[in-house]
Amino acid sequence: MNAAPAQKVLSAPLVVEFPFTRSLGPVQSAFLTGLRERTVLGVMASDGRVLVPPTEYDPVTAEEIRDLVEVGSTGTVTTWSWNAAPRRGQPLRRPFAWVLVRLDGADTALLHALDAPEGPASVRTGMRVGIRWSEQRSGAITDIACFEPVGTSAPTHRAEPHTGAFADPVTGIVAEARLDYTYTPGRAQTRYLDALAGHRTLGERCPRCRKVYVPPRGACPTCGVPTGEQVEVGPRGTVTTFCVVNIKAKGLDIEVPYVYAHIALDGAGLALHGRIAGIPYDQVRMGLRVEPVWTEGGRHPDHYRPTGEPDADYETYKELL
Amino acid sequence: MSGKEPVGVIGIGQTKHVSARRDVSLAGLVREAALRALEDAELGWADIDAVVIGKAPDFFEGVMMPELYLADALGAAGKPMLRVHTAGSVGGSTALVAANLVAARVHRTVLTLAFEKQSESNAMWGLSLPVPFQQPLLAGAGGFFAPYVRAYLHRTSAPGHIGALVAYKDRRNALKNPYAHLHEEDITLEKVRSSPMLWDPIRYSETCPSSDGACAMVLTDRAGAARAPRPPAWVHGGAMRSEPTLFAGKDAVSPRAGSDCAADVYRQAGITEPRREIDAVEMYVPFSWYEPMWLENLGFAKEGEGWKMTESGATELDGDLPVNPSGGVLSTNPIGASGMIRFAEAALQVRGAAGAHQVPGARRALGHAYGGGSQFFAMWLVAAEPPVS
Repeated sequence: MNAAPAQKVLSAPLVVEFPFTRSLGPVQSAFLTGLRERTVLGVMASDGRVLVPPTEYDPVTAEEIRDLVEVGSTGTVTTWSWNAAPRRGQPLRRPFAWVLVRLDGADTALLHALDAPEGPASVRTGMRVGIRWSEQRSGAITDIACFEPVGTSAPTHRAEPHTGAFADPVTGIVAEARLDYTYTPGRAQTRYLDALAGHRTLGERCPRCRKVYVPPRGACPTCGVPTGEQVEVGPRGTVTTFCVVNIKAKGLDIEVPYVYAHIALDGAGLALHGRIAGIPYDQVRMGLRVEPVWTEGGRHPDHYRPTGEPDADYETYKELL
Repeated sequence: MSGKEPVGVIGIGQTKHVSARRDVSLAGLVREAALRALEDAELGWADIDAVVIGKAPDFFEGVMMPELYLADALGAAGKPMLRVHTAGSVGGSTALVAANLVAARVHRTVLTLAFEKQSESNAMWGLSLPVPFQQPLLAGAGGFFAPYVRAYLHRTSAPGHIGALVAYKDRRNALKNPYAHLHEEDITLEKVRSSPMLWDPIRYSETCPSSDGACAMVLTDRAGAARAPRPPAWVHGGAMRSEPTLFAGKDAVSPRAGSDCAADVYRQAGITEPRREIDAVEMYVPFSWYEPMWLENLGFAKEGEGWKMTESGATELDGDLPVNPSGGVLSTNPIGASGMIRFAEAALQVRGAAGAHQVPGARRALGHAYGGGSQFFAMWLVAAEPPVS
């Protein structure tokens, strides 16, 4: 076997973030509003256990459970794990312990952070800890800034019934989600993008069905075989179908209306997608012959414009819609 | 014991679909549908052997693997709980996975459920992540499908008003369905026709809403169906097919995966003339033109003639093949649940339990779902009589 020629494969960061909203329902609403008021609420399960954090439905019987109780703000660590390198968005900036804390009066444990400035040697299962409240509280789990050691006091608090009623209850929260990826488009796409930098469009032909894939994926999705043979297609092509977009897409700086089209480049086995300009939007038609228009520094053609050639016959592109 | 176990639908529950259910958590939402399905079947949590749940991609609500935290709400403690995921068709494929568990005698009684809380999500965002190096998609979901609608118009020379007829019909049907999201009491054909053109040729009134909702069904075996308090809907055929989103030679107007899937279902059910033998269809029509397109793809009309069937009134509630008597996806779209609602509404029809949108005397009905870029298909055929075996 020949060694494949060394090829630098593209990669780039991909950050996915979104502020999701959450409707809380009655139990989570009481729990988070309670935190705002420095009150920790649990719920009484069908078997008499006190669940903290509370759930809406019994984990054993599936019955709806609504009997809220107040538990203490001190508790016992039931297990823990040291976090030596905190990441963005975690409760503390300096190294801390993730702990499960069974609050006094509760039968289940709550996950949170333990501020342990003396390091992991100071943390042990069974140690007594208490809540350090945040200065600014809004009705969120972060209203508990973290837990901190409280010496050797014995648990005294018992769960007391609580109505769960507070003034101005929190009914929803915004959960900021963020995922950090490193994205690589792979070897076939990298070859395609390298050629595009020279304003050439390189597809890849399937050795079995002979169709030319643009952009190439490195394999034919129909035949399931690698597509090694590179084939230059275009630059001209045919509008095989299109729509006129009348609503502005978020984050796209394009004036409406504009034409979003499927364009089969000459020699390609399927259409790619692009914008048509250089012609009034209401004169764009299926079969229109177009060519790419590049802008300085653009990775892809900015848009396609009419070539002035006669329209292509439907029979020539009917399978390229 | 030979052959497959017959599968009966003995419980159906839906939430009232609305644009935002701010009063309930995700757990509270699925619970509501599940309880209604159990109530319909007159069963309790202890009678359920397994739970099969479906929803659209996790990115939609940003809860990773929500099925894990929904186990309490769905009484799944100590039972198998599965999640199915096939984009917009997921409600249909979820029901089929549940049905197969009963048919294979793995479980006797299965609760299946699908949901979406679109108000807490962002489907548009979830579907169009800014992937590096790729040219951004220049249009939303409607823009993705609109060119295929234009291709259908070109291919069939269908007149431009057919899409509006579908939307007008489905919105009027929705008025008879208390669970439907859109109840446009003052809908007129003229209003549909004069609504803004969003992605020419698709108008605003020809697109689906964004809904919060859940749908649940209880499926059981022959013995379970015999004990059921109300008539079951019997599953006579079910199939799923998939194909790539884009490939050379793909016919996105009438995808082969869709027609193959329908052919498999008809073969299982012994149906040779779908138009004549099927009494009602609940098909996944998120943009109005997909009704005539699917009528052809599913074998109810010859190629190029689906629009004539719509134009003739055949798909109206009082036509010879009512399509989407519930109001369809055009009136209710909690994405992950939309496929299951089609399956459940088909079952309601053959149980004679569809209320004001009942098709009189419906004995056989087809439920259909599709998803992604027309790449996942799921269908079932349900009937009032049990399968002959």
